[in-house]
Amino acid sequence: MITASVQQLAKIFVEIADTLVDEFDVLDYMHMITERVAGLTGAPAVGMLLADQSGRLEFVAGTDENVTLVELFVVQNGEGPCLDAFRTGEPVVNADLGVAAARWPRFAQLAAEAGYRSVHAFPMRLRRQVIGALNVFGANPGSDFGDDDTALLQALADAATIGLLQERAVARGDLLSEQLQSALNSRVIIEQAKGAVAQAHGIGVDDAFKAIRDYARRNNRKLTEVANGIITDPRLRQRVLASRSPHQEAAHDRP
Amino acid sequence: MTTVSAERLASIFREVAGTLVDDFDLVDFLHTLTDRATNLVGAAATGLLMADPRGLLRYMAASDENAKLLELLQLQNDEGPGLDAFTTGRPVVNVDLGTAAGRWPRFAPRAASAGYRSAHAFPLQVRRQVIGVMNVFGATGSGDFAAADVSVMQALTDVAAIGLLQARTIRQSEVLTEQLQSALHSRIVIEQSKGAVAQACGVTVGEAFTAIRRYAREQNRKLTDVAYAITTEPGLAARIITR
Amino acid sequence: MIRDSIQAVPSSPGTGLLHRVVAAATGALAASGAGVSVMTESGERGVYAASDPLTERMEEMQFVLGEGPCWDAFTLRRPVLVPDLDGESPDRWPMYRPAAWDSGIRAVFSFPLQMGAMRLGVLDVFRRRTGSLAGEELATALAFAEVTMTALLDQHEEAGTGAADGLLDAGEHRAEVFQAQGMVMVQLGVPIAEAMVRMRAYAFAHGRRLDEVARDVVARRLDFGRDRS
Repeated sequence: MITASVQQLAKIFVEIADTLVDEFDVLDYMHMITERVAGLTGAPAVGMLLADQSGRLEFVAGTDENVTLVELFVVQNGEGPCLDAFRTGEPVVNADLGVAAARWPRFAQLAAEAGYRSVHAFPMRLRRQVIGALNVFGANPGSDFGDDDTALLQALADAATIGLLQERAVARGDLLSEQLQSALNSRVIIEQAKGAVAQAHGIGVDDAFKAIRDYARRNNRKLTEVANGIITDPRLRQRVLASRSPHQEAAHDRP
Repeated sequence: MTTVSAERLASIFREVAGTLVDDFDLVDFLHTLTDRATNLVGAAATGLLMADPRGLLRYMAASDENAKLLELLQLQNDEGPGLDAFTTGRPVVNVDLGTAAGRWPRFAPRAASAGYRSAHAFPLQVRRQVIGVMNVFGATGSGDFAAADVSVMQALTDVAAIGLLQARTIRQSEVLTEQLQSALHSRIVIEQSKGAVAQACGVTVGEAFTAIRRYAREQNRKLTDVAYAITTEPGLAARIITR
Repeated sequence: MIRDSIQAVPSSPGTGLLHRVVAAATGALAASGAGVSVMTESGERGVYAASDPLTERMEEMQFVLGEGPCWDAFTLRRPVLVPDLDGESPDRWPMYRPAAWDSGIRAVFSFPLQMGAMRLGVLDVFRRRTGSLAGEELATALAFAEVTMTALLDQHEEAGTGAADGLLDAGEHRAEVFQAQGMVMVQLGVPIAEAMVRMRAYAFAHGRRLDEVARDVVARRLDFGRDRS
């Protein structure tokens, strides 16, 4: 169980956010994440692996860089929780190393010999791809983490992924200019769509916005894309407020 | 008075991180962010403005799209906490709107008549360039934010900037490929520099790494830059550990 | 400032406002050339104005090859800023990039002529040296894009009209203006661009500000479908 105080959580959140809006070093940042995970969980060792273009998991950062630990990461290219998390995209939590010999014969033995009792791995997800894994070694056998803990650690693994992409975006001034213009224009599209829906249905623009947002959520579509569709397609303009069953809407909206 | 709870903060963190690694809509995300910011600190409303190339603050998202709030946000091009935070790059917090008429003669009375009692503003920045501002309106009197709340709200504002850039990079597969290659390559350079320092200083590679990190921090340099330097500058490896 | 630089370009027979705009943009942005291509939702494509023959070829080539920064600016709905053509990944514009390079182009900046969902085309700025648009240059380029958009929207090709200003005044970048645009589109059953043309014409004819007209539309005091405009 993680018993993080609001101060602890706030500190990590602020540290991550502040780092990502300034120039930073990716590996420094990855190390910081592994250290914060160790601090939150009390785990004796935390590491991070990234997949290269051939799908090989490479060690990139760890709370400790001793040979035994690095070996534990390397061996997971053959078997282990990171490989499982990498392949399935799902976290592997609370694996008791004492009884994991059947699942990961070599890894479990090495990890137990190194003095660890449990192991956990969180996939580093990006859209529908997995690009690596965050690996936590525990000193207790078994149930270290509850559902909330798992979700929090997954968020930290996601934060690592965000940092990987953000470094480049922050460093390129042109990209910021392009994105600002794009965001401002998206906002205008939404205002135009609000007006169109308000007019078509005889409602206020505030209600029109809620209707557009609800429609986008119900149909699992992007807000800006729906707003743009409302401008170019009068049928969508009508449908945004029509009370119809979700499967019908989905069938109609896709060309 | 700290109003932030650990559960709420953790849940916002999970939601934000999970959204930013998936395909997301920027404006939708910014709306969600203003909603969460409002709830987190028990504010009445939150609005986000971004600057166009002329330096005009334009409305991007708000926890509530009512006309009065939009009017207040748009008024910030003339005066108000948003303009001040935008101009100075520093947060403006805990302004009691009842006594702010001298500072903002148009903004303060209008905000007060819209039912708000306090106002706060946080600069939206990337690499110290201010690109917008997040405005927070409170229904209670001034003094709502403790120092810890201020940094959490500033972090949420940072998240808006992170989202702005992430919306782009997440869709570009070449960015991911290049960044992965670059991270993996940097890792190799770090291994090489660890070896050099271990050899030059007679320590283990694990100790060498700790020393390189400490050195980078003391010199206020990037870890990867120091590692490169160790592999190229003769004599630097021996100087990483000073006795 | 933009207006002055456009007015300063000598007009000769057959050169419309847009030709003066691209000439002025070339000068103001220290560019080798600037061009305007028309691209619309309904599939209209073509070079509208270019500062010089090479720029015209560069513009046409994007349509011939079906790739290039102007396509990206249009489809992605954002500026595409390429300060170094050589620094791009090889699979970005595999045909256009080497062709532009061979013509001596080193940097290109494409600005969509758009306002929300309304898209009219792209303004392309070319340079023979690498480097980003520095300092005020980006804001200047965006201001030229807005002037270009206004000129296209109003179809005023004659020089010296008010079209050399931006489409909206500073105070008119208000949510209501865009909301009203969406409403007028529905009231009249016209495309989004046409709605803005009607609103501007109404404001001009009645000597009123566009944002005031917009506020009346949003408050439903004015209906373009019902009221004579």
